[in-house]
Amino acid sequence: MDWQAFALTLKLATVTTAILLAVAVPLAALLVLGRGRWLAALEALATLPLVLPPTVLGFFLLVLLGPRTAFGRGITVLLGHPLAFSFSGLVVGSVIYSLPFAVQPLVAGFAAVEPALVDAARLLGASRVRIVASLLAPLARRSLIAAAVLSFLHTTGEFGVVLMLGGDIPGATRTLSIVLYNQVENFDYAAADRTAAILLGMSALALVAVYLGGRARGGSRA
Amino acid sequence: MLELAFDARRSRFHLQVKCSLASEWTVIFGPSGTGKSTLLRLLAGLEFSGPGRPPQLARVCLDGHVLTDSARGLWIKPGRRRTSMVTQQSALFPHLSVLDNIAYGLKSLDRASRSSRVEEMLELVGATGLMDRQPRDLSGGEAQRVALARALAPRPRLLLLDEPFSALDGAASDALLARLQAWASENYVQTVMATHDATDALAIAAEVALLCEGRLAALGSAADVLALERQRLALRLGSI
Repeated sequence: MDWQAFALTLKLATVTTAILLAVAVPLAALLVLGRGRWLAALEALATLPLVLPPTVLGFFLLVLLGPRTAFGRGITVLLGHPLAFSFSGLVVGSVIYSLPFAVQPLVAGFAAVEPALVDAARLLGASRVRIVASLLAPLARRSLIAAAVLSFLHTTGEFGVVLMLGGDIPGATRTLSIVLYNQVENFDYAAADRTAAILLGMSALALVAVYLGGRARGGSRA
Repeated sequence: MLELAFDARRSRFHLQVKCSLASEWTVIFGPSGTGKSTLLRLLAGLEFSGPGRPPQLARVCLDGHVLTDSARGLWIKPGRRRTSMVTQQSALFPHLSVLDNIAYGLKSLDRASRSSRVEEMLELVGATGLMDRQPRDLSGGEAQRVALARALAPRPRLLLLDEPFSALDGAASDALLARLQAWASENYVQTVMATHDATDALAIAAEVALLCEGRLAALGSAADVLALERQRLALRLGSI
């Protein structure tokens, strides 16, 4: 068992989930509460990683963050090192790749909140930030949990973006899915079985915990 | 004085109203689907007139302060109009207690003032024992009383009521209405109440605006505007 890769995978998933929630909550609120046709374009953009092949996204990010673009060169000057083939680069890639998995449940949850409640809060002088914090987030609690779990698990199992953008650097970019790929390439099926079982177990446990939590609260499945 | 002018379309529905309401209490009377709720939502700044909507005539002026003017692209946000609204749906925040629901619009007050205002409002609507209850534990009538208390708590300048007492029985509704009228008069709150119930409209000594298919058909005293409705009710009672 590659514990270094295990720890790195958990760290990547945790950091990515935290950043995603910080980005996805205001984005989902904007999509639900906002007005204007440009919001459709924004929603499409936020959903694009869902249909884009991970290797394609990884390739685009590799080029964007590399020395071939002014943006990539600027980032390198700013950070002192290129984002590609680093843990920070993986975080950027993972956040973009998993964005729809955080935004979509939140949009569904926020949209399910009775519009009359939002109107009442607006009439009582609540700002958008207060409406999200005091009304949408507490009432869409299950969607928040679903968004966090999906983001975490999706990042844990991601392969294409990680390989393209991060390569296979032990301790920096080698995650469990890369380890699994290496083990299969080396015909070490016994080790691959264990790695795959860990990835499967993590996903299954997290999902069971979410559904159990939902049932314990007696919440509806809507 | 409330001056309003709207020319607003939504699919097939066309609301065209222009008038000045000088009375402390105005009843918007008309059958269902005639635009009463839309009119109140426009006055509250919740409908049509927000930025990003197609241009159409919308103007609301309360005591000389312009709240909406589509010609100038002016639209004061709902929470900054000193306007409150209560609808048939109580729309209480389900995860907050009655106390927190009523205190929601009192963020600018300190704790002690907030607490005393909540108590005052609960007393006004006859719901003093409900402070610590959750909305799910309230009956329909209790929820409407609390929704009214929440709307009155920030001391609005304009109060919009959209059939707010539908879950209360006749006697309770009359008693609450009398208390509310006295409170509104004391606090200089202009009230616009929409109803399709002629008895409600006749019971309140108010100016009545008759709305028919999105147009203002008449504006005047209840006795004049609702003369036909009065006759119809009298005939109905006579036949019992």
